[in-house]
Amino acid sequence: MTETYAFLAHLAQSAGLLYFMGIFIGMAAYAFWPSNKAKFDEAAAMPLRED
Amino acid sequence: MTVPEMLLPLFFAAVGFVWLLIGARTEEPEFGFHAFLSAAACAAAIFVIFNRYFDRPAEAPPQEIDGKPNYNFDIVRFAVIAALFWGIAGFLVGLILALQLAFPVLNLDLQWIAFGRLRPLHTSAVIFAFGGNVLLATSFYVVQRTCRARLAGDLAPWFVFWGYQFFIVIAGTGYLLGITQSKEYAEPEWYADLWLTIVWVTYLLVFLATLWKRKEPHIYVANWFFLAFIVTVAMLHVGNNLAVPISPYSSKSYVVWGGVQDAMFQWWYGHNAVGFFLTAGFLAIMYYFIPKRAERPIYSYRLSIVHFWSVIFLYIWAGPHHLHYTALPDWAQTLGMTFSIMLWMPSWGGMINGLMTLSGAWDKLRTDPVLRMLVVSVAFYGMATFEGPLMSIRSVNSLSHYTDWTIGHVHSGALGWNAFVSFGAIYCLVPWLWNRKEMWSLRLVNWHFWLATLGIVLYITAMWVSGILQGLMWRAYTSLGFLEYSFIETVAAMHPFYVIRAMGGALFLTGALIMVFNVWKTITVGEEVSSVPAPAMVPAE
Repeated sequence: MTETYAFLAHLAQSAGLLYFMGIFIGMAAYAFWPSNKAKFDEAAAMPLRED
Repeated sequence: MTVPEMLLPLFFAAVGFVWLLIGARTEEPEFGFHAFLSAAACAAAIFVIFNRYFDRPAEAPPQEIDGKPNYNFDIVRFAVIAALFWGIAGFLVGLILALQLAFPVLNLDLQWIAFGRLRPLHTSAVIFAFGGNVLLATSFYVVQRTCRARLAGDLAPWFVFWGYQFFIVIAGTGYLLGITQSKEYAEPEWYADLWLTIVWVTYLLVFLATLWKRKEPHIYVANWFFLAFIVTVAMLHVGNNLAVPISPYSSKSYVVWGGVQDAMFQWWYGHNAVGFFLTAGFLAIMYYFIPKRAERPIYSYRLSIVHFWSVIFLYIWAGPHHLHYTALPDWAQTLGMTFSIMLWMPSWGGMINGLMTLSGAWDKLRTDPVLRMLVVSVAFYGMATFEGPLMSIRSVNSLSHYTDWTIGHVHSGALGWNAFVSFGAIYCLVPWLWNRKEMWSLRLVNWHFWLATLGIVLYITAMWVSGILQGLMWRAYTSLGFLEYSFIETVAAMHPFYVIRAMGGALFLTGALIMVFNVWKTITVGEEVSSVPAPAMVPAE
């Protein structure tokens, strides 16, 4: 029981941390990548374009 | 005849037959009632599908007319009307409950309308029936508009709409008859849960198929939020309702895991019902309707991406904060608390994004009560998501848990955020869908806004005072170490606040009734948008 707990706690503190940091960095890089800016500026006005 | 038009009647015939068998063999009259009601609904569905086949034109509706998408707005109209109907029902039951708490004699000694049975009727009616139909309406509207494509499926969207209404009827009548699995916000029994699973997966498929055939290369952020809401609710619903009925002829079931595991699963479900049904889904509404109504682009699209991914990755872990000081291991409680506190950041990022979308259009708040409703809803979103993390801290929770503070917190989110953003969306949608210039009366919208706001303020301040009073009385000791107050003394102390809360609820319901009247007038006698363009302006000489 204690071993399972120690194993899971260790996993959460190492792999879990890396997993969340990785996702956060990936997501932030996507959001702030300079070449995406034009696409996002256009997307921001998407509801305003009528057809 | 299309393939779905042949297969769906067969499906309903098979389901209806099973229900007839169950209805004939069950020994529980309440379950028998549901069995025959379901069989009758299956028969009605078969009749409607054939009737529609004989009435409709031979050709399927075109995807485009004159190069413009031929949107399917009929389904959105139905969902708007259903939302109004269930909204009034849910608010009314809420008012009755508030009055029952203030004046217990109103339980009338009748089991069917006792507080314990009406309470899930209220919560399900406002969250799943009112909120759910608002989400159906807005998701079907927004996904078509921002993909520039007609909604996928011919019968499938109608199956989702009517299947969902039938689930609501089965769930609601079940509560009144005493059928419940006693899990908060997941009270419907196994057969209703199975049905909802089928309906919800169809909803997901319709949504995905519409995204698939989009004309826009980029998937707009509101659609990401809607998609997260639909996918996660499917996962939560199936996970929390893994139960085995004691017999096919009984409404009673037992969950596959008991004890603290069940509690953890229940609050993983319960808190994410808040996080994905009441937050992600309604944020999608915010991200479409606020820019649209303010006629301004989203303040920061980049922030909306960060908002989306951080909200959905953090929310899913926050559930354990409902189980502080229980048998749940301490580390799990701390984990839930930590993630709840971290949620503060993305929540406020989203709120700032919504509010700042008005930059350059702040003056519209003075003149446009619909926009004011939408913006105040975002302010309440910020308030509720500030209060939530605070209450998730274990030492704060030791005072607030099991008291009316929780009820006040829930209603500042539900009335201030969810209901207001829904009202705002409905006030936008009704003129668009019925081809009207504007709502019949903006003055009545204004009345609705102020009555409802006053109602919310009365409600949440009464519950704050009552909740903290209650919490402090429960933990008050005399100098000899005895509890200072008996439980019934704390109940008696609540009475004035319960009366104030009921007054707040009455004001909120009055505002909603004004909205229904206004919508009805808009649809019947509202000024139509003329198809002839206005004459060009001539400069004055």
